[in-house]
Amino acid sequence: MYEKAGEKYFVVDSHMHFWNAGPANRVPGREDLAKGWIECFHAYQSLGPPETHWSIEKFQEYTEADLMRDVFEDGHVDVAIFQPTDLKYWYTNGFNTTEQNAELKEKYPDKFILNTNFDPRDGAEGLRPFEERVKRYGSKGVKLYTAEWRDGSRGWTLKDPMAWRYLEKCEELGVTNVHVHKGPTIWPLDKDAFDVADVDHAATRFQGLNFIVEHVGLPRIEDFCYMATQEPNVYAGLSVVTGAEMYSRPRFFSKVMGELLYWVGEDKMTFGSDYAIWEPKWQIEGLVDWDYPDETFSDYPRLGTEGKKKILGLNAAKLYDIDVPQDCRLKEEAASQDDAVLVEQT
Amino acid sequence: MTVSLDRAADITAAARSALGTVQDPELAEPLTDLGFVSRCSVSPDGEATVRLRLPTYFCAPNFAFLMVADAHDAVAAVPGVRRVDVRLEDHFSAEAINRGVAQRSGFAASFTGEATDELDELRANFLRKAVLAGTDRVCRAMVSAGADPQRLVEHRLGDAPEGTDKERLRERRRELDLPCDDDTPLLVDPESGAAVGADHSKMYLARARLTRTGQEANAGMCRGMLQARYPQTPQEE
Repeated sequence: MYEKAGEKYFVVDSHMHFWNAGPANRVPGREDLAKGWIECFHAYQSLGPPETHWSIEKFQEYTEADLMRDVFEDGHVDVAIFQPTDLKYWYTNGFNTTEQNAELKEKYPDKFILNTNFDPRDGAEGLRPFEERVKRYGSKGVKLYTAEWRDGSRGWTLKDPMAWRYLEKCEELGVTNVHVHKGPTIWPLDKDAFDVADVDHAATRFQGLNFIVEHVGLPRIEDFCYMATQEPNVYAGLSVVTGAEMYSRPRFFSKVMGELLYWVGEDKMTFGSDYAIWEPKWQIEGLVDWDYPDETFSDYPRLGTEGKKKILGLNAAKLYDIDVPQDCRLKEEAASQDDAVLVEQT
Repeated sequence: MTVSLDRAADITAAARSALGTVQDPELAEPLTDLGFVSRCSVSPDGEATVRLRLPTYFCAPNFAFLMVADAHDAVAAVPGVRRVDVRLEDHFSAEAINRGVAQRSGFAASFTGEATDELDELRANFLRKAVLAGTDRVCRAMVSAGADPQRLVEHRLGDAPEGTDKERLRERRRELDLPCDDDTPLLVDPESGAAVGADHSKMYLARARLTRTGQEANAGMCRGMLQARYPQTPQEE
């Protein structure tokens, strides 16, 4: 919970990780890929405030204590959602797997929500293990990384009929939140791997699922916005947007926020720190303090306190059915809750 | 045949200028401005050596391929350059890209079995975005100068203030075979080249603004990443 100027913000960090990219976890013969990957992430961290930069050694293998302090003690986060990324092509035991994340979830069950993932290249025989993971971890969401390398394949698409089999399974199991990585220009070999059109198809077909496009398709934010404006079940996941832009280029951050508010709206934007690329603390404080820098932004919608509360936690709380303390709810929602109580008492 | 050292220095300067005409297809900014050129020199016997670098080890190889190929072609066209050795460094696909460019094979041939299509459509797609983003730049300048935003749809390209933005927009339109003379409409559909109708102009301008936002936000991110990776990079202004 973050409190400022008499306002209380319930914070859900809807996109964060607990990874291991250390030298001992690198597939022999693919060390360059494993090293290049984590160095690339580390370079992203440099776009945040200097006092939040880590050494590459710490960044590769930060500890549970680091995470608990940065996210919960210092970082104002009430509930954090793990979004796994396997990358087993070059990390022996995986980069940030459901199983790794589960260790923390077991220790701190109230702090974390544990999403899992699927890969349609596992075929029909992967459906059962997927179902088992969902049931074991109580997942209500999945993280999909369509650019994952595997045995000569350099990615997959949500248009794939087998991907639809998995999405049908999601509907059946109540896994209603599909977080799709569509982000900065790293690595896919052909444009399909980061084209958002596949999300468009899936969102139209699976109206009962919510598609949270993490990193809003940056740099192709325009493709994302045209799509999201037409699909009621598509959300803008702000991970990377705040981390990469808010500190390093505040004016452009304001433009991106303005565009998202214009095309997508404050009811469908969710905060995610992308920890450990960036710590949540400065991002949350910055979002609460944020406003357009000057009049040149006058053609964009405004964002008030209520909107900030939605983005920082209340929207994600709705998606994941998280109970929000009374004093952190929106005024009208808190009021309607009171009414309900009164009705029940009479 | 060799030339004097002075002449070699002139040719080197011309080669650098030539690299200034090569753009990152996605960011629509010159490689030289982005800090992607780490070396460019021409020896007295006409051998050009160009080294390129990108913000991350995993930058998308399709864009990287376009840039390396374009850099090769731009420098090869400089009078006095007889051979070009252009290489991308510190990138996971560097070997395939460098080999592909040196052998003048297309992208798909360099990534056998991996890339599904050639890059022409990708390039055209980003050019179309550059037209939209460039239209926003020009329109904002016109509105600042007193034009009515509701009536931009009535303007011609020639009505835009003189300057780089206008000429860049004209150039992008020309590259896509879209109308680009002064007497053609200011607002044209980047796919068809048709004039934008009055009832569509509000949406068109919103899209133009959004496209520019995406482009610029990303360019800044790339510069920041490059700075982190190669700290000697000149700072963005």
